[in-house]
Amino acid sequence: MANTATTHQTKWWTGGKSPFNLEYGKLMMWYFLMSDAFTFGAFLISYGSIRFSQNFWPDPNVVFNAFPGAGHANLPLAFVSVMTFILIISSVTMVLAVHAGHKGDKQGVMKWLAWTIVGGIAFLSCQAWEWHHLITGQHAVLATDADGRQFIDIIGQTMGGNPWGQVVDHAQAQSALAASSHETLVHLVHEYPTQAAAGQSLEALEKMPASQLAGMVDVAHAHIREKGPIAFGGYFFGITGFHGFHVFSGVVINIIMLLMTQRNVFQNRGHYLMIEKAGLYWHFVDLVWVFVFLCFYLI
Amino acid sequence: MQHPAFEEVTYHHHTDDAEFKRRVRKTTILLSIITVIELGIGLAIYSMHKSNQDREFLILLFKGVVCILTLAKAYYIVSVFMHLGDEIRNMIMTIVVPLMLFIWFIAAFIWDGNSYKNLRNKYDKHFEETTMPKKHHGEETHEMKPADAPGKKD
Repeated sequence: MANTATTHQTKWWTGGKSPFNLEYGKLMMWYFLMSDAFTFGAFLISYGSIRFSQNFWPDPNVVFNAFPGAGHANLPLAFVSVMTFILIISSVTMVLAVHAGHKGDKQGVMKWLAWTIVGGIAFLSCQAWEWHHLITGQHAVLATDADGRQFIDIIGQTMGGNPWGQVVDHAQAQSALAASSHETLVHLVHEYPTQAAAGQSLEALEKMPASQLAGMVDVAHAHIREKGPIAFGGYFFGITGFHGFHVFSGVVINIIMLLMTQRNVFQNRGHYLMIEKAGLYWHFVDLVWVFVFLCFYLI
Repeated sequence: MQHPAFEEVTYHHHTDDAEFKRRVRKTTILLSIITVIELGIGLAIYSMHKSNQDREFLILLFKGVVCILTLAKAYYIVSVFMHLGDEIRNMIMTIVVPLMLFIWFIAAFIWDGNSYKNLRNKYDKHFEETTMPKKHHGEETHEMKPADAPGKKD
């Protein structure tokens, strides 16, 4: 069969050389990444399917509007754009590490790998802050007790519920305040007092009866919402968590690569192909973030 | 550089330093610009939601543009940073062709979710009344109970 191939073409399939001109490990890394793309794709598509099955879905700009150290300032998209740029830059430093490896430049590989690790850790720290902020957030929502009576509850975003539903109109919120717990009312008056109630200390508020506190909440500013679709929290934590786990494992792989480089493992081997494989994985993590960013934060 | 351990790899990509740096810089700038445009569109959508005007078509259009920009970003990351663009065509095809499954995958499941919503709105009036976004405030509202949440979670 080999004889039928024309002589001026490379005979890729006659044995002795890689038809794809790639060594085994790198090719298999590609196929692993392809399967991982399907895993992430399935998660995101499942999220899309549920989202399309709902009449209402939370607006990401309402959910993700906090920035470390900025208190209650409304800064939609700001923090996530920082995270996105951290990941893009760490991808660039990884390209430079791989390139240094091509040239057999040990110092270059170590320098750029170290920067990539720094970027990965920075991203994970950002994500930890964001999760913490969402879980411990205190947002007023309209809830219904066992008797069907409506009251105001204070919740954060968890797998079991989230406060990102539709805004409740003022009259309804006001009537629900009457049935709310003393603790909730103290919190709400402290955060959103009417002009007449402003300036009261927390201790003074604690001593007031619930009926008095209910009249002191500035309902227009409290942004009391219904509970959002339950699936929102699960998908957000599930998918960003799965991505964060990839980032974490990428950081671990990069640290191992850094140690191996430092111990001259690759120099003695004569090539830095392992850095290329680790690089492929790291770029894939960046690639997935591009889609997570799109699905959760932008649209 | 030769790779003595891998004789089956017949040739190596020759990248001269200046050319490589130019390409990486160009791609980085491109990715950053696309991201900034995406953020701008995201903020535009936010301000439209906020002003509560009837611009549903424009919002949908913007979201479509963001999706296309994201695909462009993905292309640059895979083709330049991951060097897939420099590989042999047959190898590229073994990666790209299976990924075509996503065309069906996305379309079918989005369609399914949408159909589920339409059917529920038609046959479950309670679901429609309690979850349909209200254009104007007023009317009585109910809290959305867990039973109303999608039962088709994975």
